[in-house]
Amino acid sequence: MLSLCGGFPFRRTNGARGLTVNYLEMRGITKSFGSVMANNRVDLTVRCGEIHSLLGENGAGKTTLMRILYGMIKPDSGEIYIKGRKVNFRNPQDALRHGIGMVHQHFMLSDTMTVAENITLGSEPRRGFFYDREKAIREVEELSKKYSFRVDPRAKIETLSVGTKQRVEIMKALYRKSDLIILDEPTAVLTTNEVQELFKVLRELRDDGKTIIIITHKLKEIMQISDRVTIMRNGEYICTKDTCSTNPQELAEMMVGRKVNLTVEKSTGIPEDAPVLFELRNAVYRENKTEHLSGVSLKLHAGEILGICGVEGNGQTQLIEVITGIRPLTEGEIVVKGQTVVSCSPRKMVELGIGHIPEDRGTRGLVKELTIRDNIVIGYQKRKAFSRKGILNTKYLNEYSRDVAEKFSIKADSISSPISSLSGGNQQKVIIGRVLSQDPDIIIAAQPTRGVDIGSIEYIHEKLLEMKKAGKAILLISADLDEIRKLSDNIAVIYNGKIMAQGRNTDFDEQQLGLLMTGYRNQEDKHG
Amino acid sequence: MDNAKHKALTILIKAGKQLVLPLISIVLVFIVSSVILLFSGHSPISAYGAMISGAFGDMGKIADTLGTATPLILTGLAVAIAMKGGAVNIGCEGQLYVGAMAATITGIFVKGLPAVLHIPLCLLAAMVAGGLWASFAGWLKVRLQTNEVIVTIMLNYIAIYLTDYIVTYWIKAEGMVVKTPNVLDSALLMKLYPHSRLTIGFIIAVVITVLLYWMLKKTVFGFELQAMGYNRAAAETGGVNLNKCFMAAMLLSGALAGLAGAVEVLGVHKYFIKGFSPGYGYDGLSIAVLGQNTPIGVAVSAVLFGALRSGATMMDRATNIPGDFVVILQALIILFVATPGIVMELRRQGRILFMRGKDGKQA
Repeated sequence: MLSLCGGFPFRRTNGARGLTVNYLEMRGITKSFGSVMANNRVDLTVRCGEIHSLLGENGAGKTTLMRILYGMIKPDSGEIYIKGRKVNFRNPQDALRHGIGMVHQHFMLSDTMTVAENITLGSEPRRGFFYDREKAIREVEELSKKYSFRVDPRAKIETLSVGTKQRVEIMKALYRKSDLIILDEPTAVLTTNEVQELFKVLRELRDDGKTIIIITHKLKEIMQISDRVTIMRNGEYICTKDTCSTNPQELAEMMVGRKVNLTVEKSTGIPEDAPVLFELRNAVYRENKTEHLSGVSLKLHAGEILGICGVEGNGQTQLIEVITGIRPLTEGEIVVKGQTVVSCSPRKMVELGIGHIPEDRGTRGLVKELTIRDNIVIGYQKRKAFSRKGILNTKYLNEYSRDVAEKFSIKADSISSPISSLSGGNQQKVIIGRVLSQDPDIIIAAQPTRGVDIGSIEYIHEKLLEMKKAGKAILLISADLDEIRKLSDNIAVIYNGKIMAQGRNTDFDEQQLGLLMTGYRNQEDKHG
Repeated sequence: MDNAKHKALTILIKAGKQLVLPLISIVLVFIVSSVILLFSGHSPISAYGAMISGAFGDMGKIADTLGTATPLILTGLAVAIAMKGGAVNIGCEGQLYVGAMAATITGIFVKGLPAVLHIPLCLLAAMVAGGLWASFAGWLKVRLQTNEVIVTIMLNYIAIYLTDYIVTYWIKAEGMVVKTPNVLDSALLMKLYPHSRLTIGFIIAVVITVLLYWMLKKTVFGFELQAMGYNRAAAETGGVNLNKCFMAAMLLSGALAGLAGAVEVLGVHKYFIKGFSPGYGYDGLSIAVLGQNTPIGVAVSAVLFGALRSGATMMDRATNIPGDFVVILQALIILFVATPGIVMELRRQGRILFMRGKDGKQA
């Protein structure tokens, strides 16, 4: 369905990088799902050889727009031009044929196959009837060398780190001769160092003439990597800016549509005489002969936020579950308000005043089949006000949860709607509201803002700081280093079940933390 | 005022939506089964006519239908309650036999009690026996992580042959038939309608339905049970003791199945006879699926199954269609309810047709 748009000239614009050609032009793209306008007359112009960021909150319509470009969804109206020629993609194969490749947020790789096999899958080099493995490996090796991807074509996918898997995904697009590569939230799963490596690769690709679109909502990264940025809000195009002529504050305001407060007054440290509310002594946790925690000791003071940073899967989950009583400690002890706790259970920990914001709201945080009210209450159903002799006080529960919904600005039609009808941000607010309105003395906040829009992030951070000011002790476990840096008084770095370093937030710099998180105490080269 | 109206309306719509799937399924079942009947040379109209008059023809027949539904309500509830907590109890048949035996033994050997005490005692014995039988599977799961599906199925055979043994070698009545002597009169459930299967057992079943509905809505246990059933990890995080809650669910489920056995023995047969259950325990699974695991839904589905069963007897007599035909009906019902995709697709197609018709008129 390729048709030439008669007389449509190549647009030539004077951009920051001199005389450039528009690689892609999307005009007046409109798409609605039922009554929801996902895209409302959206324009997007991407120049040849630039890194273009697409910025917007969750639900702003970025992903829909990119799916339309990639031929996964048909727009209701609007036109797409590739290098000035009008195109009409029916499916991703059409898009691929026109040199558009997409790297999805969730990798589409086959774990048990090798890198070369995965990259060539779908357009395999053949020798007669057979798959030409040698040629595939050779080609992938060349590709790897050309852009210094440093990937072994013979390695099985399951043995690779997340960052390397992502590079394989990018290579997949390159192998199909894509000139325009779309990356959907590429940094969401990466560590700081991996992000820097990814950016290096992306710059190299750009210098080689490739065009790149990054979908993201991280302002800092946009400032670092992109040449231009297009902002979307509520399914509408807001504007396009040269990155060098804007700043994070401005971008955030355009994204959210109002003033936002990005800066928090930095920690001034906690008073010397603040009492220790919670202590973990030499905690060891073993399961199936693997040691997930090996001798972790932590102290939490009243009015302190202690940030635990680390690459995911280094014992954070076990740490959270041990502290909240879900799993028993193998060795060591837990001391709450000066009292050693024996035989922990989630209920006991709640009774001792520990509030738990679970790291994964889909599994531990919420019961998605139940109502908003039930999800506000769960965990505290045996509180005296909520039930007497095993019978729920439904009238009070309704009042109470309506209160919480209002206080924590949870946007819902009714508290008896199912929790699944809420957006991710509002679901998270339900959990935050559940825990904080029970007035716990110690708060275990695990990934409190994961997958949440910027407005809710701001709100949740404010609430946590409020709790801190009220003299609560907060343990913040987050994969988002910026979040840790922003909120914590003190930081502990966890790696492989051990605390690598512990100290004041201000004592560390980003570089140091990045290295500590990957297990290096001093400035060695990570890639030996 | 308007608000109240709106509220009532939304509740109605919600209930309606829940009913749509089973209702459409049942209509589909009748269409498909009519085709089957036609192909085998029978008239669907006379078949269903006989069935309906057999199930609801007069007061006696309605009473029989409700009487047949009584154990089905209880086994359906047993499966549904376990399911609410995420447990699959396929052992209702065995629990029913164990319960029936316990009730029979109590009914025969405990002497000198007035009916007001003797009946509750027999029912209690049945509930304890069935509950313990099911809890054993629960305990194995909690302790050894065995799969409760397999264990409950296996326990069915043990229960059935164990009760067979007891009735054959320990307390067999005189004569050729393998059955126990009659239970004492003081243990018999009062008839609600003379010469029918309908006894106060039906009232007990209805009361239990309402109690369970209330339990799920208003009690901490019901709340925790459902949380566990939907999402174990979230329930655990929310302070629910999973092992305890699971055991309680199995205990309750088994108790209900045991009660079903007692109601059948004390109300209908007056003695324990080998192989007395035509699969009430297994029917409980179908009924729970059809009733979508809600107490009220289960009770209604059980009455439907009861009607099919008692209608089948009449159809068998009045036409030359074997009564076993209802098994096909039951299977079709489950097929359609358990695969909502079929109904959804039909609805979608129907909607498209409807829209086209509308457009056609406008054009």
